[in-house]
Amino acid sequence: MISQQEYQKMVQKSSPKSTTFKNCVKAFVVGGAICVLGQSLYAMYEHFGAQKDLAGSLVAITLIFIAIALTGFGVFDNIVNFAGAGASVPITGFANAVAAPAIEFKKEGFILGVGAKMFIIAGPVIVYGTISSMIVGAIYYFVQK
Amino acid sequence: MQYLWAFLVGGAICVIGQLLIDKTKLTSARILVFFVVAGVILGGVGVYQHLVDFAGAGASVPITGFGNLLAKGVKEEIDRAGVIGILTGGLKATAAGIMAAVVLSFAAALIFQPKSK
Amino acid sequence: MKRQGSQTVMFSQPVGILATASVVGKKEGEGPIGKMFDMVETDPFFGTKSWEKAESKFATTAVDICAKKSCMPMDSFDYIIAGDLLNQSTGSIYGLRNTNRPYLGIFGACSAMGEGMSIASMLIDGGFANNIIVAASSHFCSAEKQFRFPLEFGSQRTPTSSWTVTGAAAVALTTSQSDVVITAATTGKMVDMQIKDANNMGAAMAPAAADTIVAHLKDTNRSPKYYDAIITGDLGYIGSQLLLQTTAKMGYDISAIHKDCGIEIFDKNTQNTYAGGSGCACSGVTFSAYFYEQLRIGKLSKILFVPTGALMSPTSIQQGESIPSIAHAVAIERCAA
Repeated sequence: MISQQEYQKMVQKSSPKSTTFKNCVKAFVVGGAICVLGQSLYAMYEHFGAQKDLAGSLVAITLIFIAIALTGFGVFDNIVNFAGAGASVPITGFANAVAAPAIEFKKEGFILGVGAKMFIIAGPVIVYGTISSMIVGAIYYFVQK
Repeated sequence: MQYLWAFLVGGAICVIGQLLIDKTKLTSARILVFFVVAGVILGGVGVYQHLVDFAGAGASVPITGFGNLLAKGVKEEIDRAGVIGILTGGLKATAAGIMAAVVLSFAAALIFQPKSK
Repeated sequence: MKRQGSQTVMFSQPVGILATASVVGKKEGEGPIGKMFDMVETDPFFGTKSWEKAESKFATTAVDICAKKSCMPMDSFDYIIAGDLLNQSTGSIYGLRNTNRPYLGIFGACSAMGEGMSIASMLIDGGFANNIIVAASSHFCSAEKQFRFPLEFGSQRTPTSSWTVTGAAAVALTTSQSDVVITAATTGKMVDMQIKDANNMGAAMAPAAADTIVAHLKDTNRSPKYYDAIITGDLGYIGSQLLLQTTAKMGYDISAIHKDCGIEIFDKNTQNTYAGGSGCACSGVTFSAYFYEQLRIGKLSKILFVPTGALMSPTSIQQGESIPSIAHAVAIERCAA
């Protein structure tokens, strides 16, 4: 039998790498397009008289709605398979990460399935986002004093 | 012009994410966490807000914008309500997004079936 | 003594293959060997309410068809031996709970069909059973749900990842005379080359396949030329390449006769299956529908069938463990009648 080190080298040599350049171009275009959509929604809500913060929230809600609807119709995962981070890094990816387990685990019931498993992927975003915001807040509070 | 900057900056942030996916073995959950924490830190030191002012949705729509909103919310709430803002500010500012995700996902679970690929 | 060498048993009475059955999903039905399966079920839920129940129904259906093709009532089977990938063998257990026959559940990940055929042949040659059905099942959706992500979650597949075959296979083995017989079995050792990437299972399993194939050839004093084909389970494109390199380094060139079920079952160019097919059903249905038929009609006369399995769990992967792998070889020959 060959050694582990030797085998690891063979594996690295024969495993094809992701085509990074092409993936990056697709991520750039789709990610940029989602942001442009966000920008136009923002302009629209402002046009109808929404204040800055409100318009921002409405943009987020609209994009989340679109992403979750596309998730339900079984389309969103195809978009990510094509665009990668272009669709998963915008807020749409967060929405998909909440909706996908909610739909999948409803077979295990609405309490232990949908309820308990809704955040199996997106949960860490909330946990570490809020904890780090607390740390930032604490530092801000004491620096201010 | 605002639209061009939104496209370029938003696209560039996504490319960073794509590079992380392709070049590291990080799973997508880890990448989302990395981005949100990066957003909080950049928001905390006040850098990210400049990017939002400049690129609009190009900076606020990526999940880093969510992090920035958490940091911004905490700081504003501390200014307004004092020390309790450390606990309440982050979720207050992001409540709309989180609630929308929860409620709409629940609705989606009621309506849709998962599909084979 | 039926035991030969360190890992192999030679059967004193060749064990006959009475019949095989294969039931697959829509994508498999559209693949290069799609026309050869006994049944193609286009509904991924198979009329049930969940992926797990659907997988069970694939197993039920394959076993039923197999019994029918054997022209024997279920009662005449002394054992049913089955395995799948789901936690606590959900696919096999719920699918076969109504067979009302002695049941042996096995876990060998995607090597289940090889492991089951080996055990069944030993039981039959040992005189403990006359007829046995071996079954294996897997389902793309239940496997994704358990091992990767919910189906609708967006993530990019890496080029090294494999595509779990939806379906189930059943093979009926017997003491009585048959055109196609099992003559020897080599039980694999667990091999762990410290591969940790669960999206590159072909690479994790290739050394186990090489180890078992070489052990079989050494134990039996055969050269690869003895066989018309050495058929691995689900190494896919990357794993197969690594297998050939590894066996070559161990002094055996099998490149001319090596085939892989994960490569045969899908069309890489039109079906987007990346590194190839995988899952318990992959080797099972490909053998049942395609290679068994080739043996029956005489296009092949001696094969070494080597289903391969990656023995990790989602928990072990999350804890940073590597992927132990295994391969079981079964020598299957056409009787010169």
